[in-house]
Amino acid sequence: MSKSYYDAADLRKFGKITEWNEELGNKFFDYYGKVFEEGALTAREKSLIALAVAHTEQCPYCIDAYTKDGLQRGITKPEMMEAIHVGAAIKSGATLVHGVQMMNKVNKLEM
Amino acid sequence: MATKSLKARNNDIANTSRQMEILSNGIFANGELPTFAAKIKETNQFPLRPKKLEILQINLGYMCNQVCEHCHVDAGPDRKEIMTIDTMKQCLEVIKNTGAHTLDLTGGAPEMNPNFRWFVEEASKAGIKDFIVRSNLTIIRANKKYYDLPEFFKKHNVHVVSSMPHWTRGKTDKQRGSGVFDKSIKALQELNAVGYGMPDSDLKLDLVYNPSGAFLPGDQMALENDFKKALKADFNIDFHSLFAITNLPISRFLDYLIASENYEDYMYNLVEAYNPAAVENVMCTNTLSISWDGWLYDCDFNQMLNLKVNSKVKHISEYNEELLQNRNIIINQHCYGCTAGSGSSCQGVVA
Repeated sequence: MSKSYYDAADLRKFGKITEWNEELGNKFFDYYGKVFEEGALTAREKSLIALAVAHTEQCPYCIDAYTKDGLQRGITKPEMMEAIHVGAAIKSGATLVHGVQMMNKVNKLEM
Repeated sequence: MATKSLKARNNDIANTSRQMEILSNGIFANGELPTFAAKIKETNQFPLRPKKLEILQINLGYMCNQVCEHCHVDAGPDRKEIMTIDTMKQCLEVIKNTGAHTLDLTGGAPEMNPNFRWFVEEASKAGIKDFIVRSNLTIIRANKKYYDLPEFFKKHNVHVVSSMPHWTRGKTDKQRGSGVFDKSIKALQELNAVGYGMPDSDLKLDLVYNPSGAFLPGDQMALENDFKKALKADFNIDFHSLFAITNLPISRFLDYLIASENYEDYMYNLVEAYNPAAVENVMCTNTLSISWDGWLYDCDFNQMLNLKVNSKVKHISEYNEELLQNRNIIINQHCYGCTAGSGSSCQGVVA
């Protein structure tokens, strides 16, 4: 067993999760595959959304997977970086918007 | 970026038996991944056999004005292997009598062969249906003596197939060398100017896209749309089709995969993307490859691995189409490169 919590080679083994529960595993992968098909959004747009979410979730496997997926689709470096900034903006916005809660509390507690 | 071939650098990978060793050992020898033979056995496609011969692909020599990072030929200015006029004459005899409908000239930069124009003129007289020259584009701008190539191609109704790794300067130059993008753009504009690649033109101009790194090509149609939109908007360039070709793990690309520690992941990608439907139409089933010195191969990749056809007839001097058609195609793990996803061939996707 690896001595670190994350091993890049583990991504290859993702499909093996079906071995311990075939029904749920297969349902997940069917769903996953369907989500990324061309729909109201293009597969290219979905790839960029996935890349942004991979970063906000800080999932190293997802970052590896959707960086490569982007390159395969011919997505450019500036496009990838912009997508990540969207994720970062929402993350920091989500932190900051709680500042209103803090202000509300202060206003309530202070005389 | 390297300026010399692996061969000139005495790199270990320039040795074809070393490449075969790498492809046969490690993850394929310890059973972690199935060999290509084992994989095609699963769908009863072993041994791989030729179908009707459609394409004769002739390699006019390994000399090239570029030293691309991914080149499976290990081509470059230092490569001196060039087809002689005597071998060309033997090829012409075959071209006159072949059942193939497409003649495909490749290299290196085929235009650098000193007898290239003579050979094109003679071969075009044979009246073959589709006559392809694989041009790296920059050769057209490399030297004054090549400036009239677009007119020359037009005169002989040559179908031009050109490499263009990306519509952005950075990605192109990183793979193919500094300044390649600007020269390629200029060459494409000159081909357009004589009528190549225009929407209703019979002068066919197709582009080849190879990923510039350790990843597989995406959907060919989507990439074609992106290329068309960007090249038109930025440079007013037109072309007909884009062929998305997977980089095979041989020669310089294999060297890159190993040096960048991407080899195992890349082989996993290829095996995971294996598509039995692509095996049906893989290039070696309808193509014969002829090297600069007249040897016969199942494909250009086998040529670069020095895997001559498995037939009594192995050289152009003893060419016999009927005998050659009755052979088993030589395969190894590099073949996964042609069967990944929608498949890959010199004519683009196959499935």
